[in-house]
Amino acid sequence: MRFTWFNLMPWPYLPDDFRQQNRSVWVDIPGKLYDPRKGHFVYHEYMDQLEYADALGFDGIGVNEHHQNGYGLMPSPNIIAAGLARRTSRAAICVIGNSIALYNPPIRVAEEFAMLDVISGGRLIAGFPVGTPMDTNFCYGQIPALTRDKYYEAHELIMRAWKEDEPFAFDGKYTQLRYVNCWPKPIQKPHPPIYIPGGGSVETWDFCADFDYNYSYLSFTGYVRGKQFLDGFWERVAAKGKDASPYRAAFAQIICVANTDREAEELYSEHVRYFFNRCLHVYPGFADPPGYRTIKTLKAGALSQLTEDALAKFPTLTWKQLVDDRYVIAGSPETVRQQMEEMIKGLRIGHVFCLFHNGNMPDWKTRHSSKLFAEQVMPKLRDLWPEWRNDDRWWPKPMADRREPERSLPGAEERR
Amino acid sequence: MNVKRVETKRGARVRVLEAGGGAPLVFLHGAGGFFHENPFLDELATRYRVYAPELPGYGESTGEELLEDMLDFALHGWDVVAALGLERPHLVGHSMGGMIAAEMAAIAPNDLAKLVLVSAAGLWLPEHPIPDLFAFLPHEYAQVLFHDPEAGQALLTGGLDFTNMQALTDFYIANSRRMATAGKMLFPIPNRRVSKRLYRVAAETLVLWGKQDRLMPPVYGERWIQLIPGARLVQIDAAGHMLPYEQPKAFVSVVANFLG
Repeated sequence: MRFTWFNLMPWPYLPDDFRQQNRSVWVDIPGKLYDPRKGHFVYHEYMDQLEYADALGFDGIGVNEHHQNGYGLMPSPNIIAAGLARRTSRAAICVIGNSIALYNPPIRVAEEFAMLDVISGGRLIAGFPVGTPMDTNFCYGQIPALTRDKYYEAHELIMRAWKEDEPFAFDGKYTQLRYVNCWPKPIQKPHPPIYIPGGGSVETWDFCADFDYNYSYLSFTGYVRGKQFLDGFWERVAAKGKDASPYRAAFAQIICVANTDREAEELYSEHVRYFFNRCLHVYPGFADPPGYRTIKTLKAGALSQLTEDALAKFPTLTWKQLVDDRYVIAGSPETVRQQMEEMIKGLRIGHVFCLFHNGNMPDWKTRHSSKLFAEQVMPKLRDLWPEWRNDDRWWPKPMADRREPERSLPGAEERR
Repeated sequence: MNVKRVETKRGARVRVLEAGGGAPLVFLHGAGGFFHENPFLDELATRYRVYAPELPGYGESTGEELLEDMLDFALHGWDVVAALGLERPHLVGHSMGGMIAAEMAAIAPNDLAKLVLVSAAGLWLPEHPIPDLFAFLPHEYAQVLFHDPEAGQALLTGGLDFTNMQALTDFYIANSRRMATAGKMLFPIPNRRVSKRLYRVAAETLVLWGKQDRLMPPVYGERWIQLIPGARLVQIDAAGHMLPYEQPKAFVSVVANFLG
């Protein structure tokens, strides 16, 4: 099993009456709620936590992309990843990812990911999300019915740009370039591991199975509700005659570890509820613009994660409901271990994106939870897939002799 | 009305409502498509040979994957005219249909008789931003589209039983397909720069607007007549954006006065 420590980077200062005063945490959240001077400390705290996770022994540290979003302060995850690439030297840097249909031209993503892979010595995991409707359509103006088509074209361009050694011309419908010539190129050959974060589009299952990419199901609603999507993915993997390595799939899960179940509630309840109550306050009109999901997906009956019903329910959830219904995995190390095992086996996943920082959780609680998990839970979950123990097809293969960044200590220049 | 099916040279299969006699008139519908009842079409058909094609992506018309940008939609309009074997028809377009009709008239200015733009989409005035149709919740449409939202709501749902889960799902899927197609012209800003091409319009043009249009206020009608040489504007009272449905008699009478 591989565990990636993930921070969504929420804004921790949404007011108590945020829901009542605003229609959405995403897309049209008022600019006045952001304070850049506080933001300075927020970024540093979150980046410190990601570096701490590296020190704790998590396999990966993860960042993602959102726009105009009060619970995701990374319009450019690559900027955060660049900082992490310099300040850590062990964990995989999981950027999950860059919404490749948004970049014009998308060769920019090929270049930046190559830079990150080179700087980190080959530790990059490259994520290519189709993107959420909020980010892709409402914030970045892409036409919903053409988003997926544009995504496929961008994917083709990036993968070719990494592979080809000679400049080539690319005559796409959305991007035309006379000289495609990605410089620099990634260390990892033929390319860094590719993860595709998905919601519930049936096309994404096939896309991952066809190209042997990792399917990462990202939701905040826990593994009971996630199971239908992973089951759908595994059906397509089997239908295409691919092996059933659990490392083909990843799942994101909110996790809260304390010394006892009771302490978990005392420490984390208010912060998790901040997340569900304020951070997931998304205007339903932004959740499913016509054309974003194909008719095929709609007919498959896959509901959008952010249905009006779900959105209406989030703020009312109590700690007991969140825990009992497995939105969150919370409790003592043993409680968490049991539920993690149930999730991992139930979903058949080899990777977990672990969300320890939630909502407005203070730094010390985030570290307390992460440390207990790293020391008392993670070691017991390592070998749940013994028959796939050596399957590293979806994990980075860094350079053995990579360089440690110089620490800028006083006097360092004299030692040189 | 009768139903006719034609296939364009491009390969789109189009369902056309057809009725009446007289000069040929092609009516292009808006982003919502036709309703179950379209009384203004019946009324028009008492004076003209009316053809009302459904765009691919709407109802039984297919081939929407062949249409991606504004030029595709405008040429598709002329392809349908050709498939119907019409010579110099009148073009009447409502909302998104008006946007298509205006493009058609700019591309092939001598191929139509007269042009009628009804609450036409296609322009953007920064000081009058148009509400975002694509972020509306289902119950919000009627409020913005109709002068009389209550009556409008009944028209929008067409007597559908929304307690029936299957009916609701079918409606949702059909609406997604329609609006996905509309999005290729209207998302995120319903402006594909037809304003640059309107100098080419040679047909005599009437611009019709509902005085209570809350989606695109009448100031948009004024802008259209500034951009189209010789165009005139008529505003109709007690009508919102869905003017032909709210005031079918007044609508047809003004149109007939203009077309002769």
